[in-house]
Amino acid sequence: MTATAARPTASTVASRASFAGLLRSEWTKLRSVRSTGWSLGLLALLYPSFTALLVGLTIAAWDDTAASDRELIVGDPTTVILGSGFLISQPAICVLGVMVIASEYSTGMIRASLLAKPRRLSMLAAKGMVLSLVVLAVSLVAAFVSFFIGAAMLSERVEASLGDPGALRAVVGTGLYLAMLSLFSLAIGAIVRRTAAGITGVIMFVLVLAPLVQLLPGKFGEYAHAYLPTEAGILIGQATQQEGSLLTPWQGFGVFGLWTAALLALAAFLLNRRDA
Amino acid sequence: MIEAKNLTKRYGDKVAVRDLSFTVGPGRVTGFLGPNGAGKSTTMRLLLGLDHPDRGTATIDGKRYRELTTPLATVGALLEAKAVHPGRTAYNHLLCLAQSQGIGKKRVSEVLDLVGLREVAHKRTGGFSLGMGQRLGLAAALLGDPAVLVLDEPVNGLDPEGILWVRTFMRQLAAEGRTVFVSSHLMNEMAVTAEHLIIIGRGSLIADCPTQEFIERGKKQTVLVRSPNAEELAEAITRAGGTVTRNDDNELSVEEMDATRIGEIASAGGHVLHEVVPQRGTLEEAFMALTRESVEYAGTGATQDADAPKSGGEAR
Repeated sequence: MTATAARPTASTVASRASFAGLLRSEWTKLRSVRSTGWSLGLLALLYPSFTALLVGLTIAAWDDTAASDRELIVGDPTTVILGSGFLISQPAICVLGVMVIASEYSTGMIRASLLAKPRRLSMLAAKGMVLSLVVLAVSLVAAFVSFFIGAAMLSERVEASLGDPGALRAVVGTGLYLAMLSLFSLAIGAIVRRTAAGITGVIMFVLVLAPLVQLLPGKFGEYAHAYLPTEAGILIGQATQQEGSLLTPWQGFGVFGLWTAALLALAAFLLNRRDA
Repeated sequence: MIEAKNLTKRYGDKVAVRDLSFTVGPGRVTGFLGPNGAGKSTTMRLLLGLDHPDRGTATIDGKRYRELTTPLATVGALLEAKAVHPGRTAYNHLLCLAQSQGIGKKRVSEVLDLVGLREVAHKRTGGFSLGMGQRLGLAAALLGDPAVLVLDEPVNGLDPEGILWVRTFMRQLAAEGRTVFVSSHLMNEMAVTAEHLIIIGRGSLIADCPTQEFIERGKKQTVLVRSPNAEELAEAITRAGGTVTRNDDNELSVEEMDATRIGEIASAGGHVLHEVVPQRGTLEEAFMALTRESVEYAGTGATQDADAPKSGGEAR
């Protein structure tokens, strides 16, 4: 304790507010917890593995496959390849998206985050940007690797290449879909603020409820199903459209984008309004 | 400089803070006292922009917390509840906070050294003891070298050595000219740490004064007098304006008169004095006396007399 110490009116540590700094901060948060590695590692591992497994089974059962089914595969090999490992890997992204925000609430970290960045919307924006870019990068790698593995395995029956109509868009689109799904999950996580409830909710919706809607009878069921976020969004990951599809791939992705934007807007509104 | 003006906060139909106004000045440790449930943490959360007040404003150097662009360089805060992800290392926890304000990595290492956590910097915080967690919280509070510190129960869970460390540290920060605002429900801890006290009970202000003044206000100064001429002496003191209680044949308790005056009266009357002992009130007693009516969660067996439990509120 020194009586001569100067009375500080300002901090002696250099500091500067910038969005780039916030992005760095969120990147540090993302890379420094184990759940990120697990989720993205599972995606990178499961997607190509299941593609190999399911395409392998398809080849093995080729002689017993009905002619009409063979026709479907020959007609759109890209969708068959990308679709095989897809269902199993997308829950990893749902979990990651919810965890990124909900775990801050469950651990109390959110208080430290908001003390550092009381302008809460910038914090959410930086979080969303870092999350979606990282998911996009990993998903693109996983989708391309899966495609090449699947194409190589299918080559004795049918040629699949990135040059096929819609093939490249579908591979890239799979990455885009998963990146959007991470934002969709982030929004749900921010609204619910509980990891277990958020994860269960998103996965139940994506894997069970949304696909079930197509069982609803008549035009209503058809339309309702077509405009559901994930059901519309996944169109961009399919090389060719099904006959009578209500939306084009990019329209479908746009619908998914609008849903996500609406949920993020609600999440932002609640984040600003609620006590942390 | 911290300024709260007419702060009011409700949770449902329960009023946590009621029309609370006070200022906290620089260069000294200001204790924020109150029994458990008095609204201390809520007030701090309002100051720090975590919760929104229903009415009133809280400002730090004239600005609301939300208006601060690099808040960690202005205000350092330690919250009572843990605010770390247990899976993250201490270093990465501080790094992500520093990066959000453009504070360099060097400063992260500096504060880790400052609180003595260098050895465990790369360990996940989930395995930290309560004391290490408090040190990490203090490190986070000091990251931006702020002029204002808001600390919620910083000695909670610390061992005696840790308590001494925090106490010395807070005084040193105040001596450097910083504003140090620290909450506690432990009166005696504040008696040795804080120079100024802000005391609340049930969300309302009870006292805002120097620690010494509070002790005296809370308990009237009593002087214990022992004399073989107790009866005559009692009459003399009463005539001079003191209030006397006879304890036994040789002993008196005198109020509203100090020991010096009693000595003079005894001398003037030729009374023999064996003992004249001023009974100094402790902060604990003063606090108990002042907040007795406003204790939120009293034990069911609590008595209303002076033998009531010595702690301000039940430890959790």
